[in-house]
Amino acid sequence: MNMMAPTPAWGDMILPDRVRGALYRDPAIFELELEKIWYRTWVYVGHESEIANPHDYVLKSIGLQPIIMSRGGDGQVHLLLNRCTHRGNQVCPKEKGNSPMHTCPFHAWNFGSDGKLLGYAFPEGYEGLDKSKHGLGRVPRVASYRGFVFGSFASEGPSLEEHLGGAAETIDRLCDNAPEGEIEITAGFLKHRVKANWKFILENETDGYHPAFVHSSIFSVADSAIGGLYGAKSTALTRDYGNGHTELDLRPEFRKRDALLSWFGTTPDKLPDYVARMNAAYGEKKAREIMIDGTPHVMIFPNLFIAEIQMFVIQPLGVNDSVQHVTALQFKGAPDLNRRMRQQTMGSVGPAGFLLADDSEMYERTQRGMEAHDTDWVFLGRGEHRERRDEDGFLVAHATDEVPSRGIWKHYRSLMEQP
Amino acid sequence: MLATCADSELMHDVEQFLFHEARLADEHRYEEWEELWADDAIYWVPANGENIDPEKQMSIIYDNRSRIGLRVRQLLSGKRYTQDPRSSLRRIIGNIELLGREGDDIRVGANSIVFESSARGETLWGSRNEYTLRRAGDGFKLARKKVSLVNNDRAIYTMSFII
Repeated sequence: MNMMAPTPAWGDMILPDRVRGALYRDPAIFELELEKIWYRTWVYVGHESEIANPHDYVLKSIGLQPIIMSRGGDGQVHLLLNRCTHRGNQVCPKEKGNSPMHTCPFHAWNFGSDGKLLGYAFPEGYEGLDKSKHGLGRVPRVASYRGFVFGSFASEGPSLEEHLGGAAETIDRLCDNAPEGEIEITAGFLKHRVKANWKFILENETDGYHPAFVHSSIFSVADSAIGGLYGAKSTALTRDYGNGHTELDLRPEFRKRDALLSWFGTTPDKLPDYVARMNAAYGEKKAREIMIDGTPHVMIFPNLFIAEIQMFVIQPLGVNDSVQHVTALQFKGAPDLNRRMRQQTMGSVGPAGFLLADDSEMYERTQRGMEAHDTDWVFLGRGEHRERRDEDGFLVAHATDEVPSRGIWKHYRSLMEQP
Repeated sequence: MLATCADSELMHDVEQFLFHEARLADEHRYEEWEELWADDAIYWVPANGENIDPEKQMSIIYDNRSRIGLRVRQLLSGKRYTQDPRSSLRRIIGNIELLGREGDDIRVGANSIVFESSARGETLWGSRNEYTLRRAGDGFKLARKKVSLVNNDRAIYTMSFII
């Protein structure tokens, strides 16, 4: 952080229904976000199924910091900083693997899969060095919810469950769609880079106003019922769970259709094995409810987006440089459904996706738009007059309303105003 | 290895087909490009290496014939914003080799460099390409095209043109 820069007056930049373009454009604000959001709040890192076995590891990140997500020999998940405690060399260069030990190639310092310093070359050069003080740096708080692993660089603060709040239920709802109640991340990630600020991605994930326009090309040529979910007459809802978590709740539309697997654009006769396994796991009544409601469309602040059949992880690289990591969700015990989820995910997302290539085009164009300052307001007032509280007390409005953006910015402001 | 006369002729025909396919892609001549494909075609752009199992792992593109048609119809819809305005493209297909033959199918390998210019900037796309061409009348049909981008294990920008 530049000590000379005055702290921005957040209240002048973030109003309930509008925000300043500088928030997407100013490199100094990006630096403050790293400090006050990415290196403080709970950030999604990876899924336990990516490191299923003892000593499995996979490279991840929090903000700009490179993280090794590693499973120790005792099964515990560690988030380790990928930086040798000797002279700072990158300890682990491989994307993923299995190893009880990581040896830094620079001077052969060895670290266990739990991050502990095990030894180093020519030990006679160190007298009385306390190895326990030279283990790999670690993210001080690590917590997992239904297999989703989060890390927080703040050693104290709200628990993960407090942070997730009402949005935890959406992850439960997702897992319920698996006959064995668990999600697996096994299909590898597409990595889609955009020259745009990470918050354009964050806000767009639960923006129900854009699909009818940005995605009109694919809706016009594919046999898809998605378009109707985001029309003026849709009964779907936008929801603000607080803490920056937002949802597009499509269940009202799916319940109106009252047809199993309509949420996935298919019918039970196409997935007989899945339907049978769901009925066996939950009983026909409960399985029917799950298979009508489908999976959630929820953005967990600041970087985990569950989009019905796929999962996105947003990685910020710079004020106008971001990566979307995306993969198909896989349900434990649902091979026939999983195959179709991979096929549909490959079609719709990633650098050549029928949907995401156009979303990403909008991110980059909006970033360029921010260079035109004028009054510099981005207007987020859609649907303010028709907001209401749902039965759980969360703010909801029409599917195309900007409740999610307003909720995200309210939380953002509260984080940025913290000392 | 000395090439036979028949091989030289075949090589010439293969090169002309690949150059034609490249030009149709560069010039966004989607309908003519789509006509090159056989009915059982696969158009594959893997992610995270060249040798993943596309039935198990995510690919950037893994289109069967019907999805190739959908891709083309989307590009022709007039609302595929990522290609409106279109990227300006020119590509070089080189190092062409005949890799093998099975019945009417001819396997071909090549390297490719595509230069893209768009509002985002200038992007260079390098790849190893493998084609399966099938004899059809006087010409070929494209039965399979695999484009292994050199950087397909890293984060890449939107690639919404025909690679």
